Amino acid sequence: MFNLPEVAANAPLASWWLDSPVSPDWPCHNFWAHWAIFGFGIAFGVLGIVILFIWFERRFIAPMQLRIGPNRCGPFGILQPVADALKVMMKEDIVPALADKTVHFLAPILIFVPVLLMFAVIPFQNGVGLIPDLNVGLLFIVAVGAIETVAVFMAGYGSNNKYSLLGAMRSVAMMVSYEMPMALAVVAVVMVSGTLSMQGIVMAQSVPFALLLPMSFIFYFTCALAELQRTPFDLLEAESEIIAGYHIEYSGMKFAMFYLGEYAGAIIQSAIIVTLFLSGWKGPILPPFIWFFIKLFAVFGVIVWFRATWPRVRIDQLMGFAWKYMLPLSLVNLLIVAIEIIFWDPVQWWLVPVNIVITGVLLALWTGMFKLRGGSEVDA
Amino acid sequence: MMLKPAGFGLMQGLLVVLKNMTRKRITEQYPEERLIVSRRTRAQELVWDRDRCTGCATCVKACPQGNIKIETSIGPNNKYVVEKFENDEGRCIFCGLCVEACPYEALFFGRSYERSQYQRKALVADIDEMTSPKKEKSAYYRPDLYDSLPEQTLLIYRKHKRIL
Repeated sequence: MFNLPEVAANAPLASWWLDSPVSPDWPCHNFWAHWAIFGFGIAFGVLGIVILFIWFERRFIAPMQLRIGPNRCGPFGILQPVADALKVMMKEDIVPALADKTVHFLAPILIFVPVLLMFAVIPFQNGVGLIPDLNVGLLFIVAVGAIETVAVFMAGYGSNNKYSLLGAMRSVAMMVSYEMPMALAVVAVVMVSGTLSMQGIVMAQSVPFALLLPMSFIFYFTCALAELQRTPFDLLEAESEIIAGYHIEYSGMKFAMFYLGEYAGAIIQSAIIVTLFLSGWKGPILPPFIWFFIKLFAVFGVIVWFRATWPRVRIDQLMGFAWKYMLPLSLVNLLIVAIEIIFWDPVQWWLVPVNIVITGVLLALWTGMFKLRGGSEVDA
Repeated sequence: MMLKPAGFGLMQGLLVVLKNMTRKRITEQYPEERLIVSRRTRAQELVWDRDRCTGCATCVKACPQGNIKIETSIGPNNKYVVEKFENDEGRCIFCGLCVEACPYEALFFGRSYERSQYQRKALVADIDEMTSPKKEKSAYYRPDLYDSLPEQTLLIYRKHKRIL
């Protein structure tokens, strides 16, 4: 599939720089042209999709609340996010007098860059992407995704505000807790597909892993909601209750960077869910690129649907849910998947209904045992 | 129900929200579509009837703001002719006491709520403006007018023309 000598002849650096950086079916086989095109393409593409996502969320959540949503700027209000961006850029950038200026300045950058980096390994089509076939792609995503925790804490600490610091500490606690079941859910996918490369994982999905590994899918989705700090896990920036959590002291363009990072995070998590569990670019009739984006918007639509529906959880429910409910169940899930792989490798199609039944039974049983003090239960 | 803790309540909630999407939207798209206000509305203007007014100045005495100015002269048949009748709508509190006080039912509330102006001076309604035929009379304290006015539209009963 990949012709190493040809790439090495075109770009001698490529042979030692990365294992297989150039997609074979892309017209530019030139190493640097590939990086330039995909680097700029992804950076600007992400900004464009962020605008689309903001518009999509506002237009999609409106009918659920019997509203219309933005419809004044441009056709169907599609230029509303542009107007918002212009407004936010014209606002004054206030830095608190006693803030740690360097940290305060770096945090908004550091929250956006890892999200952008994660797009490098996403295959938008068969072999199309910056480095879609990176042999440690999933590890890269998990590792780079963890940097965001640091950025959140930097934002809270650098503001020199006790509320933002408390918000950041809660945020960090949540993100660290939810990274664990998230990684375990991903491990199940890796075990079935036998590869860490995102491209390879898509190729391995003859059946979407959402059906084959339903519990991993549910857990990954839940953890992605927590990582994104969206409903029902948005208690740290609960817009109707407290102000903003860790980015309370940010205004102007720096605040816009947090906003951007949040939505870019929504895109990347949707893209990861699509790649890992919904068989990526695969689909009938339509071109694969279109399929990828249809699935991307479908996953984000579900996230918005959750936001319109569910109340947010308390902090103790949040932590209890991660450690007492999802972590043990992920381990059980991993055990089941391992057993299935040992006995029926490659995985058989009839495991799909079996796994769905197992997931339903396990979730119901475990919820029965899962209790929190304070008189209320948390459920999946 | 035993399965309730397993997330069934959450799923029911999702379905409820999905059903909501099929309902009519209640947002009013203001400049394009306007609701008809209540027949007895106290809107932000006064309407004055020149023929009924005798220039008795009861409304001036009733006004808690001292806001209504009236100047009269003696005309034919020894009757008052109103020369100046002014109400500064920037100071008016729209309490309706003048309308209630008028013994000849010459003063009415208007029905228009779009009365904003760029200059304070423009808010002073003089005699020409208050008798302008464009102004609609409200049925506030004037029950005779009640049946002649259109029925109020409520958002829930509105025939919805969808503006997207």
